[in-house]
Formats: sequence, structure tokens, C-alpha cells
Amino acid sequence: MNIINIENITRLYEVGAEEVRALDGVSLAIGKNEYVAIMGPSGSGKSTLMNILGCLDTPSSGTYLFKNIQVSDMTDNQLAEIRNREIGFVFQTFNLLPRSDSLHNVELPLIYAGIPSSQRKEMAMNALVSVGLGDRVHHKPNELSGGQRQRVAIARALVTNPAIILADEPTGNLDSKTGEDIMTVFAEIHRQGNTIILVTHEEYIAEHANRIIRLRDGKIEKDEKNSHSHHAPLTKAAAMTGS
Amino acid sequence: MNRYWFELKEGVLFSLKAIKANKARSMLTTLGIVIGICSVALMATAIKGIDRAFEQGISALGADNLWIDKWPWFTDEEWWKIRNRRNLTMENYEKYKSLAKKPLAVAPTLWSSCKVQYNGHYIEDTLVTGSTADYVKTTNFDFAQGRFYSEIEADGARDVAVVGNDIVENLFKHINPLDQYIEVDRIKFKIVGVLKKQGSNLLGDFNPDKQVYIPIGASIKYYTGHRRSIAIVVRAKSTAQVKETAEEAEEMMRRARGLKYNQENDFSINQQEGLMRNYNQTVGVIKLVGLFITGLSLLVGAIGIMNIMFVSVKERTREIGIRKAIGAKKRTILSQFLAEAALICLIGGMIGLTLAIVLSMGINKFLPTSVQMDTVFLAITISILTGIISGFVPAYTAAKMDPVDALRYE
Ligand SMILES: Nc1ncnc2c1ncn2[C@@H]1O[C@H](COP(=O)(O)OP(=O)(O)OP(=O)(O)O)[C@@H](O)[C@H]1O
Ligand SMILES: [Mg+2]
Repeated sequence: MNIINIENITRLYEVGAEEVRALDGVSLAIGKNEYVAIMGPSGSGKSTLMNILGCLDTPSSGTYLFKNIQVSDMTDNQLAEIRNREIGFVFQTFNLLPRSDSLHNVELPLIYAGIPSSQRKEMAMNALVSVGLGDRVHHKPNELSGGQRQRVAIARALVTNPAIILADEPTGNLDSKTGEDIMTVFAEIHRQGNTIILVTHEEYIAEHANRIIRLRDGKIEKDEKNSHSHHAPLTKAAAMTGS
Repeated sequence: MNRYWFELKEGVLFSLKAIKANKARSMLTTLGIVIGICSVALMATAIKGIDRAFEQGISALGADNLWIDKWPWFTDEEWWKIRNRRNLTMENYEKYKSLAKKPLAVAPTLWSSCKVQYNGHYIEDTLVTGSTADYVKTTNFDFAQGRFYSEIEADGARDVAVVGNDIVENLFKHINPLDQYIEVDRIKFKIVGVLKKQGSNLLGDFNPDKQVYIPIGASIKYYTGHRRSIAIVVRAKSTAQVKETAEEAEEMMRRARGLKYNQENDFSINQQEGLMRNYNQTVGVIKLVGLFITGLSLLVGAIGIMNIMFVSVKERTREIGIRKAIGAKKRTILSQFLAEAALICLIGGMIGLTLAIVLSMGINKFLPTSVQMDTVFLAITISILTGIISGFVPAYTAAKMDPVDALRYE
């Protein structure tokens, strides 16, 4: 079963009298444990696509099935629940709550999921440890480096154990060394069986993915396997040796 | 269920953080609510105090009393017409007293204003009431010391006096007033009784605490002569019988005054019901105006809250976007901002209430009052409601923000 199936999606923006086609007939299927990189020039519609996939935005036309459920039929509350449970967002600008410490930032989705405090704290701790921030639990965002902030954001995206992780230029605000560190974190997350879609401008970042989709002017220009991916996912490797 | 609770808790804890992070701003905003709630609580307290003072005054006058007088307390008649009425005389009183069957007690009264003094201390313009021994039966007097003057003393127009508590407090420092001689316009009266404090300040000079009671014969002899109109106090046997007692009084007074069937009454029968009605009319208006004005100050406070909540929502647009992206629902965001507005108002309300309690201790010097429990509840409820109402529109704009736009907000 695919996690995501979109069919002929368009997204129009009205800017004054003009109409901008940010997405223009995009179709895409993404299966479990895929690691997809989306590339393309600025303004090609990458963020627009990510927002639609993440149920933050709705397409102007086309169908979107998330785990075979019609997203366009969902109410605002149902969309919020999908975002809460099934989707983990990582943003270029981290988007942490500035006045809250790492632990509380990571806890937040669990609060909305209605998980009791003690269990919440434990889950958030585990997520922070898994991104290597076990010793930065009570630091506020302004007491952390950029790379560390992004790790907190990744922990927050991971903590609800979502079906898919969406990352829009997660290394965009980081230097290349720190960016590489973050990519190792994503690689590890992927190795553990998670599904990841990641937007990037950098070829060397995209090289981490198993599949690269190139957008241009709101259309898919190219969608291909990445043959020189550094690491084959565990599950697939296992499947291959098994056959 | 848990979920709503966690969300609300998160909302409240986070709003505390937000309030703390903007201390100066929160304080200034809260000030409007502090003043609003303080004035509402004070107004409620003052109104209660006035009512209580009035009730005390009424009951000191005697709840079941009628006053037959040349002068009506309230009238639409023209003043000269009433002025031209014949005076009420002692003969009228005697006649009425012999005819009337309904009253529990009847007594004539004659007022004069005198300077009373004792041993160099004096009070100007003291109300001196001349009456008979039955007067005490028309009152609810409690005696601190002594007794009311007797029938013999009254009939003999003896120089004896019963004094109110304020008079004693002002003239007799460290001296037992009983059996002392008090001077009323230079005539010496022996004090035979001292009243306990009645505490009906709203009656002004008619407050028994500020009066001196002497036999009516002495009043006529020393102060008024025979040319002044008396008034007759009538006490009904019970509150239920006030009406019939008044009806009888009208009939008997007409007879006592020798009025023909086609002549108008040339006297008035005054009742405290009229006093009550009049009080409710005038004070009712004052109450409404007072509540309206205090309501306005609360409104100003509420507008301040609304304003600051709009600012707060605007400033935290990105935070709203983040929360929505990770699963906050509309109602989550709505309740978070409502909680914040309510919390600011609640804190302001508590401060305002504390202020009101302190200030009401000052009011208590003039009116028998203090901030009551129901006023406390009222103030707290009003402050929370104010927060929720004034926070609603800002909170709603936050709740319905588009997550993508909110996240992109700089
Ligand atoms: N809210 C909006 N209103 C109008 N036009 C918009 C809006 N959001 C995006 N667009 C337009 O849609 C197109 C795609 O934008 P999008 O942000 O998806 O690009 P992108 O591929 O993410 O670019 P970048 O690499 O710079 O982030 C652009 O032409 C942009 O101007
Ligand atoms: Mg983008």
C-alpha cells in the first residue's frame, strides 16, 4: 500500500488579476520506507507540493489519497489529526516555539494527541536522545546552535511515530558540515524504517535519497531512482537478500 | 476528555509564559481591568451600603408608623396651599387619640432646633423632640442607661431629657451622663435616659443618635410657644394593620378637625411606604447611573484587553502556524487565546477586588458596609467573562488562520 497517492494535482494562486500555477498536474505515488528528494529551481512549486502533501494546504483540483483515504473529504479537525499523528514536519527555519525548552517543543504534538504527561515526557526524551540531544533537554532554542535546533525539530517530527516525514530544505539554513550531520540523522531515521520526503537545492544532499523528483514550472520534469544512493534501506536490503 | 484538559493546561501554562514575557505590557493592559473591576465592586458595595443604611434608618423610625402632619412628605400640591393649612394642635391630638381605636400608640411631636451643651462642650442645631411618654412606644429604642421620661414627668412638663448616643459621645467624655444636667438653649434638663446607638446615618438630623427628647410641654414652654404645628406619630399594631390604621386616622382626623364632607383634608398622613417608594425612585436612578458608569470603565478595560490580544495574536502568528502544523485544531488555538485573555482579566480582577476591599474599609466609615461574598463572586465572574468576551474575536482570528500563511509570516 502506498502512503501517498496524488493524481493530477494543481494549485492555483490568484495574484491580482494574474493566475499563478504553482502546481500544474502533478501525479505521484510514494510507498512505505521510501526516501525521496524533491529538487527544482526556485519557484518551481516544491514547497507548495510539500504543503499539500502535509495537509497544510489543499489543492485547487486533483485527488489526494493518504493511506487510501480521500484528503479532500476531510474536515479541518480531521486534517489536524492527520498532521498530528501521521505527518512529521521539518522546516528550513526550524520553527520551534522560542520560549519553550527542547523537551516542551518535542512534547507539543503529544499534548495535542492527548498523551498523559509522564508518558509524554518519556517519549519526548527518547526522541531527543535518538537525535543526539539527550544533554540539551532544558535548553531553549536561542541557547542552541542551528544544527541542534534542527535536531530538536526532527525529534518533534519523529515523536508521534508518523507515517511520513516531510522536510522542506532542512539544511537550507545550515553550513555544509552541519547540513551533512543533519543528513546522517535523516539517514538513520530512514534506516529505522521511516518514510522521508525532503526538498533540497543541493545535489550532494539529494544524493542521500533513493529517488529524486525534479520539478519545473509546477510539473514533474523527472522522477527517477537514485542509483548511487549511499545506503540502501534496511528493509529493501533484507528483502533483496531474502529473494 | 484528557485531550481537552491537556490542551487547556498547555494553553494556560503557555499564556502565563506569554504574560510573563511581556510584563510591562500585561501590567498596563491589566490596569484597565483592575480599575474596572475595582469600581464595579465598590459600586456594588456602596449600593448595598446605602440600602442597608436606609433600611436601618427606616426601622429606627419604626416600620409600622404613620405621621399625621400639616406637611406631606411627598406631594404634587402647590406649596402655598399646604402652607395655608391650619396648624395641627394639641387639641386635635387629644381628640384624635380619644377617637382612634386601631393604633398601638399615639404621641404628639414638636421639633425645635437648639444648642445643647454640657460643661463647656456644646452642639449647635440639635434636633429636640418634644413628646409624651407614649412616644417611646412608637419607637424601637434600646436604652444604654435609664429610661424614657414618665407620664407624670411629661404631663408636668418637667425639665427631663432622654439623649441620643452621639450627643453623649460628643458632650460627655469620661462622665456618666445619667442624672447630669444638660443645657438646651440655656435651660437645664436632667438626663433620665441614654439611648443605645441606633446607627441610622441616612436619616441625618432625624437620626435618634443625634436627638434630645423632652416633654412636649417643656418644648412649648421654652422654645416654640403655641403657634407651631405639631405632628402626630401613630404606631399600628402590626405591619398588616398599617393600612387600616391610616384609613381610620384619616376619618378620625377629619372629625377632630371638624371638616365637612365637601372639604378637602387639611392634613397629611405620611407613611414610610412613601419614603421607600421615593427612595427607590431616586436611589434607583443613582444606582443605574452608577452601574452604567462603572460598566463604562469596565468596557474601557475590555477594549484594552481586546486590543492587546489582537497584538498578541499578530505577534504570535508564526507560533500559531507551528502549532497548527503539528496538529493543533481550531478549538485548541481558540481556547489557548481565550485562556490567555481570561487569565489576564482574572489577575486584573483579583487585584481590583483586593483594592476594592481595602477602599471599602474607608467607605465603611460612612456606610454600614463591606465587600460581601456575593460581590467577590460577581467580580470574579465578571472579570473572567470580560476576558472571554473581549478575547473572543482576537482568538477567533487566530483560530481560523491559514497554517501555510501563518508559517510564512515574518
Ligand atoms: N501564497 C501565495 N500566493 C501567491 N503565489 C504563491 C503563494 N505561494 C507560492 N506562490 C507561487 O507559487 C510558486 C511556487 O512557489 P513555491 O514556494 O512552491 O516554490 P519553491 O519551489 O518552494 O521555491 P523555493 O525553492 O524558492 O523555496 C511561485 O511562483 C510562487 O510565487
Ligand atoms: Mg520552497
